[in-house]
Amino acid sequence: MTAIIHPDAGTDRVGEQARYNRARRVRGLSDRSIAWLFVAPTIALLLAINIFPLIWMIRLSFTSLNLSMSYLPTRFVGLDNYSDILTDEDVWARLQTTASFVICSVALQVVIGFGLALLINRQFRTHSFWTTIILLPMMLSPAVVGNFWTLLFQPQIGPFNYVVGLLTGIPPSSFSMTGEVALAPWTIVLVDTWMWSPYVMLICLAGLRSIPDYIYEAAEVDRASSLRQFWSITLPMVMPFLMLAVLFRAIENFKMFDMVNLLTSGGPGSTTELVSITLKRAAFEKWRTGYSSALAIILFVTVFGAANIYVKVLNRVKQR
Amino acid sequence: MTVAAKSTAHSVVEASPRGKAFAGAIVTLYAVIAILPLLWIAATAFKSQSDAIAYPPKVIFQPTLEGYVNLFTVRTRQTREFIGNLPPATTWYDRLVRQHDMVIAGPSKVVPRFINSLVIGFGSTFLAVLLGTLAAYAFSRFRIPLADDLLFFILSTRMMPPVAVAIPIYLMYRQLNLTDTKIGMILLYTAVNVSLAVWLLKGFIDEIPREYEEAALVDGYTRLQALRKVVLPQAVTGIAATAIFCLIFSWNEYAFAVLLTSGDAQTMPPFIPFIIGEGGQDWPAVAAATTLFVIPIVLFTILLRRHLLRGITFGAVRK
Repeated sequence: MTAIIHPDAGTDRVGEQARYNRARRVRGLSDRSIAWLFVAPTIALLLAINIFPLIWMIRLSFTSLNLSMSYLPTRFVGLDNYSDILTDEDVWARLQTTASFVICSVALQVVIGFGLALLINRQFRTHSFWTTIILLPMMLSPAVVGNFWTLLFQPQIGPFNYVVGLLTGIPPSSFSMTGEVALAPWTIVLVDTWMWSPYVMLICLAGLRSIPDYIYEAAEVDRASSLRQFWSITLPMVMPFLMLAVLFRAIENFKMFDMVNLLTSGGPGSTTELVSITLKRAAFEKWRTGYSSALAIILFVTVFGAANIYVKVLNRVKQR
Repeated sequence: MTVAAKSTAHSVVEASPRGKAFAGAIVTLYAVIAILPLLWIAATAFKSQSDAIAYPPKVIFQPTLEGYVNLFTVRTRQTREFIGNLPPATTWYDRLVRQHDMVIAGPSKVVPRFINSLVIGFGSTFLAVLLGTLAAYAFSRFRIPLADDLLFFILSTRMMPPVAVAIPIYLMYRQLNLTDTKIGMILLYTAVNVSLAVWLLKGFIDEIPREYEEAALVDGYTRLQALRKVVLPQAVTGIAATAIFCLIFSWNEYAFAVLLTSGDAQTMPPFIPFIIGEGGQDWPAVAAATTLFVIPIVLFTILLRRHLLRGITFGAVRK
C-alpha cells in the first residue's frame, strides 16, 4: 500500500492545527442553522407579501366591505359573496369567455409552436439566427404589446387592415379588429398567439433534441415510414415537453390581464372581458372588496386545482 | 470499411437538403412576418405626426425625430406672432417644435418614469437574487425538512392571478403607507421574482459538483467561505442569467404597476399608453417610447439565448 505524503506534512502540523481550530470556532454555525438562516428570509418575505394578504383576503371574502362606501359598517355576510358569484350568470359568461380564449390560443400556439420546432430541428443554415428573431415577441411586455397592436389594428391608418385589404379586397376601413363583436375575441387570440407560439416552440425544440438518434436509426432499419416514425417516436417523446408548455401557457392565459386590458379593455361590450378584467373592475372600479376577494379566491382555487390535476397527468405521461 | 461507408451515406437523422431548404424557407417567412410589427413600431417612431396617421399607411417616409422630441417634452401651441417675438431657437429640437407652431414648455414625465423602472427593476432584482441564492444553496446542499413542500409553496405563490394578489396588497399598503412608493413596488416584485430565482438557481447550483466544496471544507474553509470562494464563482453564469430574468419581469410588469402606483412610483408600462398629444394618442411618441423600452429586452434576449429555456420553464427543462 502506498500513501501519498505531502512533503510539508511534518513541518506544517502546527499551522494546520491552528487553521483547524480557527475553522472550528467560525464553524460555530452548524449546517443546520445555516440552512435555516438561508431559507428563512425568502419564506418570511413570501409570508409577508403573499400568505398574510391571502389569509386577509379569505377573511374579507366573508364580509360586505366596499371601499367606495367605507362609511357603511362592514358586516360579516358568511358565504353570501360566494353564492352571489356562483349564481351570477355574468360571471359564468366571463369564465366561459376566458375558457374559450385559453383553449383557442393555447391550441393555436401548440400547432404553430410544434410545427416551427419540427422545421427548425432540421438544422438548416441560419436556423439559430431566425430562432432568436422568432423568440423576441415573448420577451416583450404584454402591456406594451397590447398597446402597440392597437396602432397596427387601427381601421384606417393601421397596416394590419391595409394588408388584409390588399390580400382579400375587403376595404381596410370597413372592419375594426378591436371594435367588432365578431372579431375582437379572435383579435386577442391572434396577438396572444403571435406573442407566445415561440414559447411552445422553444420547449418542443428541447423535447425534439432530447430524442436520441439511435431510435430513429433503429426505426429506419425496421423500415418504418416517416409518418410512422413521427407517430410512434417523435410525438410520444415530445409529449411531456408539450404538456409542460400547455400547462404553463394555460395558467398564464387564465390569469391574462395586461395585454387584453390594453388591446380591447374587455370590449366591445363584454366580448373580450376575461375574468381577470372582471375582477379588476369589481375590485378597483366598483371597490366591492368583499365580493372581489371571494372571486379572487375562487379563481385561485380553480388555477391551483387544475394545475394539480394536470401535473398528475403529466407525471403519468412522463413515466410511460 | 462498412463503418466508413455508412458515414458517407445518407443519414437517417439529418434532413435531406431539400427538406432543409423547405424548412428554412417556411421558418424564415414566419420570422419575417412575426418581426414586422416590431419593425413597424420602430419605423413609426421616426415618422411625423401626419405620416403616422396617413392612409394608406406609409412605408417610405421622410424620417424625423419629432416623435422622440415629443416623448421627452411638454409643448404648448402658440400663435405665429408669439413665436416670432421669441429669441431665435438655439437647439435643433426647439427649431423642430417651432415648425409646428409649438413651444417647448418643459421636460415630460418620461425620464422620471424611466428612472422608476430602473430603480424598481434593479432593486427588486438585487434582492430577489440575493435571497434566492441563499435559499437555493440551502435547498441544494442541506437536508431541509419538507423541502419539496416548501419549494412547491414557493412556486405556488406565482400561480395567483396578479389582479387577485393586488387586492389585499392594496389594502395592506394603504395601512403601511406603501402605495405608490418605490420601496413598496420593490418588495412586491422581489416576492414575485424570488420564486423564479430559487427554482432557477437551485438548478444551477445542483449542477456544481459537491466535491469542490467538500475539498474546500476539508482544507479548513467554513461553509460560508466555501460558498463565497468555491460555489459562487462557479455559479456566476447562472446567477447572471437569473438576474436578467428577474430584471425582465420587473421591467415588463404591468398589472401591479397600474393598480398600485399612480405617480411617484409609476414605471414605464402603465405610462406608455397614456402618452397623448393633441387629439388622441401621439403615435410617433408612443412608438418612440416603446422602441426605447424594448431595446434592452432585445439585447437581453440575445445575451440569454442559451439559458432562455430554463428561465421560461422555472428550470423544469434544461438542455
